[in-house]
Amino acid sequence: MNENKAITVDKLTKKFGDFTAVDAISFDVNAGEIFGFLGANGAGKTTAMRMLCGLSLPTSGTATVAGFDVYHQTENIKKNIGYMSQKFSLYEDLTVKENINFYAGIYGKSNQFIKEKTSQVIANLHLENEVDKLVKSLPLGWKQKIAFSVSIFHEPEIVFLDEPTGGVDPITRREFWSMIYKAAESGITIFVTTHYMDEAEYCNRVCIMVDGHIKAMDTPPQLKKRYNATSMDEVFLKLARNAERAQAP
Amino acid sequence: MPSVSAKNIVKFYETKNDKIQALCGISFNVTKGELFGIIGPDGAGKTSLFRILTTLLLADKGAASVDGYDVVKDFKEIRKIVGYMPGRFSLYQDLTVEENLEFFATIFNTTIQQNYDVIKEIYIQLEPFKKRRAGKLSGGMKQKLALCCALIHKPSVLFLDEPTTGVDAVSRNEFWDMLKKLKQQGITILVSTPYMNEAALCDRVALMQLGKILSINSPAEIINQFKKDLFAVRSSKMLSLLNDLKNFNEVEDAYFFGAYHHVVMKHKNEEQDLKNYLSKYSNDNLEIKNIQPDIEDCFIELMKQSHEIELH
Amino acid sequence: MKQFLSFVKKEFHHILRDKRTMFILLGMPVAQIIIFGFALTNEVKNSKIAVLDYSHDVATTAITQQINASKYFEIKKNIINYKNIEAAFKTGNIKMVVVFPENFYEDLQHFNKAQIQLIADASDPNVANTLTNYATAIIMDYQNRITDERKLPYSIHTEVRMLYNPQLKGAYSFVPGVMAMVLMLVCAMMTALTIVREKETGTMEVLLVSPAQPLKIVVAKAVPYLLLSMINIISILLLSVFVLGVPINGSLLLLLAVSFLFTLTSLALGLLISSATNSQQTAIFIALVGLFLPTVMLSGFMFPIENMPLPLRIISNIVPAKWFYTIVKSVMIKGTGILLIWKEVLVLTGMMLFFLALSIKTFKIRLA
Repeated sequence: MNENKAITVDKLTKKFGDFTAVDAISFDVNAGEIFGFLGANGAGKTTAMRMLCGLSLPTSGTATVAGFDVYHQTENIKKNIGYMSQKFSLYEDLTVKENINFYAGIYGKSNQFIKEKTSQVIANLHLENEVDKLVKSLPLGWKQKIAFSVSIFHEPEIVFLDEPTGGVDPITRREFWSMIYKAAESGITIFVTTHYMDEAEYCNRVCIMVDGHIKAMDTPPQLKKRYNATSMDEVFLKLARNAERAQAP
Repeated sequence: MPSVSAKNIVKFYETKNDKIQALCGISFNVTKGELFGIIGPDGAGKTSLFRILTTLLLADKGAASVDGYDVVKDFKEIRKIVGYMPGRFSLYQDLTVEENLEFFATIFNTTIQQNYDVIKEIYIQLEPFKKRRAGKLSGGMKQKLALCCALIHKPSVLFLDEPTTGVDAVSRNEFWDMLKKLKQQGITILVSTPYMNEAALCDRVALMQLGKILSINSPAEIINQFKKDLFAVRSSKMLSLLNDLKNFNEVEDAYFFGAYHHVVMKHKNEEQDLKNYLSKYSNDNLEIKNIQPDIEDCFIELMKQSHEIELH
Repeated sequence: MKQFLSFVKKEFHHILRDKRTMFILLGMPVAQIIIFGFALTNEVKNSKIAVLDYSHDVATTAITQQINASKYFEIKKNIINYKNIEAAFKTGNIKMVVVFPENFYEDLQHFNKAQIQLIADASDPNVANTLTNYATAIIMDYQNRITDERKLPYSIHTEVRMLYNPQLKGAYSFVPGVMAMVLMLVCAMMTALTIVREKETGTMEVLLVSPAQPLKIVVAKAVPYLLLSMINIISILLLSVFVLGVPINGSLLLLLAVSFLFTLTSLALGLLISSATNSQQTAIFIALVGLFLPTVMLSGFMFPIENMPLPLRIISNIVPAKWFYTIVKSVMIKGTGILLIWKEVLVLTGMMLFFLALSIKTFKIRLA
């Protein structure tokens, strides 16, 4: 394994019957990188992400995540990654502390570790007065920030973020991204999907999927240069506008 | 007579331990044929407001009317003349495209043929798949079908609750193009969205946050009311640049904004001061330019103002 | 009306396209009847019986031998005293006792008439019934054989006594029981589920913001299930008559009318549940605990109500299934007409109206 690669993907393919959801995609993600994974609805983003998280077996191709093979070492992968999505993040009917303890417990961390880290997380988020409140009583932005902290609680090598900022207000969205930057600085590799095109600019590199293929992959400035665009929004529209799957169901 | 009018609407939700105020005195008017946007993050109260206006919820205080009909007293009349697309695309996944449309046509006592001109442009794209079950459509197509279903009875007011949330940028663009065309047919449209950049596409917008309206105006006027100097700054080390900016006394606010940081200055005409300050730090490829604010800049500014008012 | 029909049509699409659920809905009554039916028609072989012979003559010995020779019986014991019968049943795994009175053969010779008593353990009524039938057949066989030799016919009277469960309760009672269960499940639970599902997917929001009257929406949702229930009722009746041989002694029309009445009651209960809940899970839970369980436990179908403690007996009166079960059993098994069960029918009608009114009253025309 290449020490500097957090994720390597080579000709990874997933077919559902006749339908090729992900068609021989190849890319590498460097350790400590913020990697943006963009695509229209139905482009195959979710399917690709599931394979990398060890939730779905590829039809063909190879991929390693944190040095582990997605076919045979999914248990190792799961131990070394964090995952957070907009849809499922925290248990609404548990308190903040209970949520943290629960997730920390899953990864079998020592009590000492959990205790220290919990107070650290609480302090970072300024949640001292909210630790014993039910998650459902908190605003969405807070929930998302807690969910992110929980997803990197066990200090994974890579964290997968699936539309983490959907519906969050502009200020909290930026606070969320500062957290992402901090995590990246501490060496965690970030793999993130988003529908906010300004957030694509925050990534070190961006990969844009169209119809199961990777249409483009580069740093945001390079992409804008190549497609003669002033923003990532424009780049995305130029690339994805002619997607067949957006038209054909 | 305004097409939609809301006066001082207040709505509480009771939970076991406390009372959450979802709407704190919302007032606005929408004129006939207007494309009116309600822009705000989750929890702003957009859905509650839409539900009150579409007669699905009762407000705790205040009054509202749609086409002159009171939302409480005349709810039956309102239900005949409005089109409503809730947050989730509310289609029957196990019915085909055509069956969904036919069903919604009949419950509004009409037929697809009768109002075909209203939906024609949108439906043409769906027609090749009319025998397909709605559950098997892509997100963008579902969105189009849901819009057709909400339009099939030629409503005079259309309520679209976050039609573009979770939809990719391409479909979002297409959707707004469709709305523009609908507006030409004289339908009043109220649309809510969490995406700030969609505000520019509306005639007027209400910026909402935590149950309050921060501002109601045309997008141009909202931008006009942003009186401070705004700069876009970037360098090769964005994170340390942001810290440097935040440490500068003359900077009121600095935050990520796409490829740049946006910097709000405390006083006018301080571009040179900013340049001088930043040149002291090792910021390679430094670029500073004075820019027009975006709606999102205004929203951030208004959010902070409203927060300060609350603190005092 | 067109609106209403289009609702019904849509509802049928939902049902017909969900193959698995439809299979369960239509297959469940068939499966239940067959499972119960097997218990009923199960061939009885080598059942252990005892003989109490006060006569000990040619005839009794011949009959005893013939009984023992049949594949259905195995004589385990000879009892000498009437008093020991009870003990034999309790200790000896014995299913039936054949009692010959004194002077059996002499009676037969002199009066051309004699009696045999068959005492069966009717705690398992199906088995008891089968055994006494077989034994009676064997005795008749013997009677016919010896009659051939004489001019005047002999007549042996077989008196059957069922111990522990004299009216053979439960023998045919599962058919009305299954009917009650199936109707409760299909009507109440399915109706509640389909309405709550629309709340979950958000389509209810759109329907409410339409000129369609909310009540009409809900009634339209119930119609297909009403039809489905009637199909189920008919399939249950067909199966029980033609496969299990359970007779319909009373009026078929009355039976169907009462089933319809009970179906409406169940629908009303389903609507009531649907307006009280917003998730399918809760709806299922309420339907199971609040409707299905009382139907099984307190209708008298599984456990005789007479044997219950007073509080349960009182509670059983508010379970609609109890009244339905009583009516159907009377009509089907005993062949009772409307004149004898009008009180029960009245109670059921009252319940139907009450629940229907309540569900209409609690139905929400808004979201909260």
